[in-house]
Amino acid sequence: MALAGSTALRWGTRLPSPCPAALLLCRPAWLPAACERPYSSRGEEKFDMSMYPVESIRNFSIIAHVDHGKSTLADRLLEITGTISKTDHNKQVLDKLQVERERGITVKAQSASLFYNHEGINYLLNLIDTPGHVDFSYEVSRSLSACQGVILVVDANEGIQAQTVANFYLAFEAQLSIIPVINKIDLKNADPEKVEKQIEKLFDIPTNECIRISAKQGTNVEKVLQKVIEKIPPPQCKTADPLKALVFDSTFDHYRAVIANIALFGGEIAKGQKIVSAHTKKRYEVNEVGILTPNEQPTHKLYAGQVGYLIAGMKEVTEAQIGDTLFLYKQPVEPLPGFKSAKPMVFAGMYPIDQTEYNNLKSALERLTLNDSSVTVHRDSSLALGAGWRLGFLGLLHMEVFNQRLEQEYNMSVILTAPTVPYKAVLSSAKLIKEYGKDQITIINPAQFPDKFSVSEYLEPTVLGTIVTPHEYIGKIITLCQDRRAVQKDMLYIDENRVMLKYLFPLNEIVVDFYDALKSLSSGYASFDYEDAGYQSADLIKMDILLNGNPVEELATIIHNDKAHAAGKLLCERLKETIPRQLFEIAIQAAIGKKIIARETLKPYRKNVVAKCYGGDITRRMKLLRRQAEGKRLMRKIGNVEVPRDAFIRVLKRETDK
Amino acid sequence: APCPQWPYCRKRCSYCNFNTYVAPAVDEAAVRACLVREAQTLLRLSQVHSVTSVFFGGGTPSLASPGTVAAVLEAVAGAAHLPAGAEVTLEANPSSTSTSPLAGFRAAGVNRLSIGVQVRGALPAAAPAAPRDPIVTVLPPQSLDDAELRMLGREHTAAEARKAVEAARGLFPGRTSIDLLFGLPGQSRDAWAQRLEAALRLCDDHISLYQLTLERGTALAAQVRRGALPAPPQDLLADMYQTARNVLVATGFRHYEVSNFARKGALSTHNLSYWRADQYIGVGPGAHGRFVLRGEGGCSREARVQTLEPVAWMREVQSQGHSTRSRVVLSPLEQLEELLTLGLRTDEGITHERWGHFSPQLSLQAVFGEPGEARALQKEGWLVLDSGGLRCTWAGLAVLDSLLPDLLWQLQRV
Repeated sequence: MALAGSTALRWGTRLPSPCPAALLLCRPAWLPAACERPYSSRGEEKFDMSMYPVESIRNFSIIAHVDHGKSTLADRLLEITGTISKTDHNKQVLDKLQVERERGITVKAQSASLFYNHEGINYLLNLIDTPGHVDFSYEVSRSLSACQGVILVVDANEGIQAQTVANFYLAFEAQLSIIPVINKIDLKNADPEKVEKQIEKLFDIPTNECIRISAKQGTNVEKVLQKVIEKIPPPQCKTADPLKALVFDSTFDHYRAVIANIALFGGEIAKGQKIVSAHTKKRYEVNEVGILTPNEQPTHKLYAGQVGYLIAGMKEVTEAQIGDTLFLYKQPVEPLPGFKSAKPMVFAGMYPIDQTEYNNLKSALERLTLNDSSVTVHRDSSLALGAGWRLGFLGLLHMEVFNQRLEQEYNMSVILTAPTVPYKAVLSSAKLIKEYGKDQITIINPAQFPDKFSVSEYLEPTVLGTIVTPHEYIGKIITLCQDRRAVQKDMLYIDENRVMLKYLFPLNEIVVDFYDALKSLSSGYASFDYEDAGYQSADLIKMDILLNGNPVEELATIIHNDKAHAAGKLLCERLKETIPRQLFEIAIQAAIGKKIIARETLKPYRKNVVAKCYGGDITRRMKLLRRQAEGKRLMRKIGNVEVPRDAFIRVLKRETDK
Repeated sequence: APCPQWPYCRKRCSYCNFNTYVAPAVDEAAVRACLVREAQTLLRLSQVHSVTSVFFGGGTPSLASPGTVAAVLEAVAGAAHLPAGAEVTLEANPSSTSTSPLAGFRAAGVNRLSIGVQVRGALPAAAPAAPRDPIVTVLPPQSLDDAELRMLGREHTAAEARKAVEAARGLFPGRTSIDLLFGLPGQSRDAWAQRLEAALRLCDDHISLYQLTLERGTALAAQVRRGALPAPPQDLLADMYQTARNVLVATGFRHYEVSNFARKGALSTHNLSYWRADQYIGVGPGAHGRFVLRGEGGCSREARVQTLEPVAWMREVQSQGHSTRSRVVLSPLEQLEELLTLGLRTDEGITHERWGHFSPQLSLQAVFGEPGEARALQKEGWLVLDSGGLRCTWAGLAVLDSLLPDLLWQLQRV
C-alpha cells in the first residue's frame, strides 16, 4: 500500500504523511542471523537499537470494536515475543489506567516494542495500542499516524459492529495495510465463515485473507505476527537524514515530568543531543531515550523508523504538544503536518465543590489534560458555583472517564454542570454583531444563549451515526431514532440477518443516553458509532429551571422546542425527589422565557425533630448536626431555597442511573 | 447525678439498637460490686458534693434485684450528699413490674418509675444543681394493643402493661411515667387517637411520647426495608405528633420537652439536667457522662464513655476502679453547641443565665440577636429571643432539627 499523502479524517483530524517517498535504505542490511535477545536479563545494559534498521521494523496498531479481543490479542503478542513472561495474569497489560481496567476499555493509547525472529531475521515490531470507544476515535487517528498497518480484529460471534466499520475507514483512508483477523473462534457460536463474508461484502477484502484465531487460547496468533511482517511495509525513512520526530502522545510522570512518545521519521536521537520543538521553538537537552516494553526501557539511541519515548526536561504541561515535530538544534526540518486539535462534542462546566480547592483542581486539570489533550479548557465563572472551567469533551464517556480519573488519580471531587453541545447562532442584531465582531457565534454555555429577537437562525451540530444490529431489532431502533429527531440516510443488510443503518442525528439527542437506550432495547446486540456531520438549522430555545421563581443557573439548558415540555417535566420531577424538604413550600418550575411549562411542588416539613435525646445519644447527635452545619457552607442557595450541590448532578444523570 | 446501667434484657425488642445483652445467667453479685465501685470512683473523680437525681436505666434494670439498686444508692450517698428527696428513677418493663419487686425497689430507695418500650442506652447521673424531688422511672407501655406489642417484639401483653402501670401508680403515685410510641408501621390516625385516649385513662402525671425510629440493624427496620411492613408517611407522622401535643396539652399536661409531657409539676429532674447541659456521670457498660474532673484538678468538661461490653467493663472496673473507654475534653464551642442543641428541646429554652454560665463573654443577644440565621428564623416564627432567653415557638419545636444546623452554623462563625 502506498504511504504518501495525508487524508482528512473524522474529528477533523489530519494524519501526517508518515514519511516522504521511499528512498534509499538508511543503512546496509546488516541483519543478525541468530535470534539473540537484544538485551541482557540483567537489565543494566541498554538496548542497542542500531540492530534494527528500518527494513526490519514494522509499526502497527490493533483496531477493533469494543470487547472483540484487542487487548487479549495484544497480551498474547507480548507473550509470544517474550516481551512479558507468559502467566495467567496477563490481562489488559497495556491498559495501565485504573479506569481502563475497571471498565474494560482502553482510553489511552499505549505502545510496546516487540522483538521477533522470523525466517532468521530479527524484527522490531512496534505495537501501538488504540482506544476502542467511539469517543476516542481521535486517539485512534493519532496512533495510526505512527503506523504503516493495522490488525483489524472482528469477533467471530458478533461479526462486524459499528466501530469495526468506523475503524476500518480510519485505517483505509490513512492508506494503511489492513490484516483482517477473526477472533474468538473457540467460542461455541463462532461463525468465522459468515464474518469473512461480511468483511468481503463491506470492506472488499477477499475471504481468504482473514486469519482465524483465538487470542484467548493463542490459536494462530503466531500467524498474525508473520502476516504483520509480510504484509505491512517497513517505515520509509533514513537514519542519515536529519532528526525528525513526531510527538504522537505524551504522559506526565510526577517524578520525571513530561514523557513524550515519539516516532522517528528521520535521523537518530540520543541522550545529550540538543533538540528543538517546531511548535514552541524551545530548546531542550535529551536526558533519556528508550523503547516501551511496555514499561520504559532506556536505550542508547533511537533510529529512523523506530518508536519510543523521550525525556528532555519538558516541565510545563504545554511543552509537549501532541503532533509537534522535534528536530536537532540548528538543523531545522520541515515539520510534519501534525494534528488539528480534537474537536470537542460535549461541553460542561466544572467547578470545585469548595472554592478553596480551586488551585488544587487547577493543577490537577493541567496535569490530566497533558495526558489527555483532547479535553479543551476555558476558564469560566458562575454566580452560583464560583470560579471554574468550561471543559470540552469528545463525548459523554470521555467526560465520565475524565471525571473518574480526576477522582482516582488526583483525589478531586468536582461539580459538573449539565452537558451541552456546541450550538451556533447566526446573529441579526447589529449590536451583538458588533459586540462579538462576527455574525455567527458558537454557544458552549447556555448562559450565553442569545434570545431569538437578535438571531436569524440557530444551528445545531449533527453527526452521522452508524448502527449495526441483528434485524429483529430494526423496528424498535427506527422508532428510537425518530424519537431522537434523526433522519435515515442508509440501510444495508451486511448478511442475511444483520443490518447496518445510517442516521443523521442532532448531536444533543445522542449525547446523554442514546447509547444506553439502544443497548437496552436490543438486549445489548446493537452497536453504535458516529462521526461529525456539520451543522443544521434548528428551532432552539433556552429552558430555565426555577425554584420559588429564581432561576437555577446550573440547570439552564438549550433544547429543541419539541422536546422542552417533556424534558422540563422530567427535570422538575427529579428535582422534587432530590431537594430535601425545607421549612417552607418550594415551587419547582420549568420555564421558557416567562412561560411556565412544568411545575412540581415540594411540601414543607411539618415535623422534623428527633424523638429521643438523652445522655448517651448526644455525642452521635452532635456529630450529625455539626456535619449538617458544616454542610450549610456548601449549600447552594437559590433565593431562600437551599440545595445540596450534588443534587444537580444527581438530577442530570441519565435515566438508567436512577 | 449518677446513671447506673443494667445492660441485660430477657429478650431483645425488634426496634432496639441499644447496648443490651441477653444473658441467661448473670452473676448479679459481681455486676453489683462493679456498679458500686465505678460509681464511687467516678464520684470521687468529679468531686461532686451533692447529687440531684439517680436514674437506673439499661437494658432492663428492673430485672436486677432491689438489693443491687440499694447498694448503688448507698454507694452514691456514701460518696456525695444524696438529699432525702432526690429523684431516683428506675426504668421498668411491664412484664417485669409485678407488684412485689416494685415494692422492693421502693424500699431500696427508688421513688420514680418509668414504664416503657425503649430503654435508653446510657443512664448518667444528674448535676449538682438545686436538689429537687426525686423521680423513679418505670418502663413505659409503648402500646396498649397486643398486635402492636407483638410487632414491637415486646414480651408483655396490653393487659399486662395496663396492670403494670396500675401497680406502679399504686406504689409511686404521681411519680410514674409511661412511654407512648407512635408511627408504628401500618398504624392509622384513628388507631393512634384511640391509643392516646386509652393511655390518658391509664396514665399518671408524666408521659414520654416517642415516634418510633427505625434504627439500622434492628429486626423492625429490616422488615420495613424488605417491604414486609409499610413505612409510615411523613405527613401522617406529623399529624400524629400534632394530635398528641394538642390532646395532652388540652388535658393539662405541660409540653416541657420535645417528647415529654408532665402535669402537676411532675417533670423529670434527671432528664432536665441533660437538656440544661448540667453535669452527669454515667456508670455501667456503655454509659455516657459529661462532667469536670475536679478530683484530678481538671477544670474542663469532658465527654466520657464507659466500656461497652459487660465482661470487659467488669474486668476493667475490677482492676482500675472504673472503665472509662473514651474521654474527650469539650471545647467551649462544643459545649455551647450541645447547650443549644439540647436546651432548645425544652419549653423554657436556653435562659440568659444558663448561656452566661457557658459563655461569660458573648451573650445570647450578641450571638443570635444580630442579623443572620436566628433573626430570619425569628421573623418566620420558628424562634423567640427575648428577656427569657432563646427558645422555640410551638411550631418551631416540631421542626427543631431543621433550625439547628442554621443556628450552629451561625454560632461557629462568631
